[in-house]
Amino acid sequence: MTEVAKKTLANRAEVLEGLPEHPAVKALLGWNAEGLLDARWDRGELTLTVAPENIVPTLTALKAAGYNAFEDMTAVDWFPSEPRFQLSYHILSHAYKERVRLRAMVSGDAPAVDSATQVWPGANYYEREVFDLFGVRFEGHPNLRRILMPDDWEGHPLRKDYPVEGYR
Amino acid sequence: MADFDVGTPILEAPVAEGAKDQHMVLNMGPQHPSTHGVLRLVLEVDGEIIVRLYPEIGYLHTGIEKTCEAKFYQQVVPLTDRVDYLGPMANNLCYCLAVEKLLELEIPERAQWLRVMFTELTRLNSHLIWLGTHAMDIGALTVFLYTFREREDILRIFEEVSGQRMMTSYFRIGGLSMEPPLGLLEKIQAFIKTFPEKIDEYSNLLTGNPIFRNRLMGVGMFSAEDAIALAITGPTMRASGIDFDLRRDMPYSSYEKFQFEVPVSTGCDCWARYEVRLLEMRESVKIVQQALDGMPEGPVKADAPKIVLPDREKMKTQMEALIHHFKIVTEGFNVPAGEVYQGIESGHGQMGYYVVSDGTAKPYRVHMRYPGFASLQALETMCKGRMLADVVAVIGSIDIVLGEIDR
Repeated sequence: MTEVAKKTLANRAEVLEGLPEHPAVKALLGWNAEGLLDARWDRGELTLTVAPENIVPTLTALKAAGYNAFEDMTAVDWFPSEPRFQLSYHILSHAYKERVRLRAMVSGDAPAVDSATQVWPGANYYEREVFDLFGVRFEGHPNLRRILMPDDWEGHPLRKDYPVEGYR
Repeated sequence: MADFDVGTPILEAPVAEGAKDQHMVLNMGPQHPSTHGVLRLVLEVDGEIIVRLYPEIGYLHTGIEKTCEAKFYQQVVPLTDRVDYLGPMANNLCYCLAVEKLLELEIPERAQWLRVMFTELTRLNSHLIWLGTHAMDIGALTVFLYTFREREDILRIFEEVSGQRMMTSYFRIGGLSMEPPLGLLEKIQAFIKTFPEKIDEYSNLLTGNPIFRNRLMGVGMFSAEDAIALAITGPTMRASGIDFDLRRDMPYSSYEKFQFEVPVSTGCDCWARYEVRLLEMRESVKIVQQALDGMPEGPVKADAPKIVLPDREKMKTQMEALIHHFKIVTEGFNVPAGEVYQGIESGHGQMGYYVVSDGTAKPYRVHMRYPGFASLQALETMCKGRMLADVVAVIGSIDIVLGEIDR
């Protein structure tokens, strides 16, 4: 893997060719080869893209493949393009000493995905934060309430159509 | 795996029909000296036993991630100081490493080593405050005076090197802001030489103290599975028996050139966390000593005139440098599009910066992963079924800073 570490593998085919033995790639192909929509190896980081409805099964597959620790989860707003929200999950493997990024693009129209709390209960606060600041809903979350902003706040501050200063 | 309820808010205690004594809801914070900032805990208590615990956060939310999107890349560095305000250099390091990864910028070795040295001093600073306040919460007031005496020495070093005691902004994208002043390394050497004795001193005050032992031993039990399930990292995770440290296992900024142990304990209680952090301080001393002994010579800034500000003298005397200075300050520098996640081991656990660039001079998105945010999810598991007074011991043992939780 060291010789490809410096290269950029821009799409699914290149990653499958360049990193066929990568445990995360293998785990996802083993789960459902069609489910892996896109892949990218850039600056030593692996990004795997799946459909939003497949987040929970892929997280489960990664967990079973040795990516044991949920590290981080957040969103990026690509307003005004569609699908608007990018959800990024960073999963760490203590055994492989490696991190993988799982990515899913969610539509800006009533954005909702299944909650990762059934795989890692620790995703709880992270999903609440994304709900609070981006307005993405997580189905099956035990307590989907605002976490950083006041309960009666209107709008979702980290969206790109929300101004940095001044009045809304 | 335990059944977690890191969730439902506590509004009022359930009233059992015909019950003589009912549960009570108690608010702890946001203005409470032992919550280390503005943390509010809603507790449902049965007499003095914790039935449920719900952390309410956001009192210190400043929208730093949103502010980052409106600044140039180099202007974000001072913002990061204010997130975990007890570990400024660790914040700077994590952000700078992330942006340098995006830029694919090579940092000179001397800058990397100085970064390691100052990050370890930051860890000592952070752990000293943890130790002082933790002991004070338990009632051992004296230790606080001792740890702040040593913290003052570290802050003087920071002041000398960056001009600021707390909000240092010393690490910049592409290296350091400037070469450390003459004689500073000798001062750090003098401090590091006496510091192990100071750790012995704290240990003498606390480790044998029967009150301190009884307040911590067996309190706040937290298993390894729970730590993984709830995304707990850092000393708290290592005190539950998981042997993982980003400095050793996924090294950054030339940590792979340093020899140090990663203290792990299987005690799983507050006492184990106390022991692990105390040992970590000794390891940090070793790393700083190795950095001082083997400090490479050379520049402290990368050779990238379009990204790194020129030295002051050059800027005043050379046309090219002046132009670069003007361009960087007024327009920033463009960063190639892409996304990176950089994790480092801060004093509290795994810190991570997720930076997304769209190719312009301002970050498209900066997300900060801080260990304290996840640690709060563990509070209920640690405190359930324990006495009210144990909550104070547990909060101290997970070492939170509200600045990094609310951001």
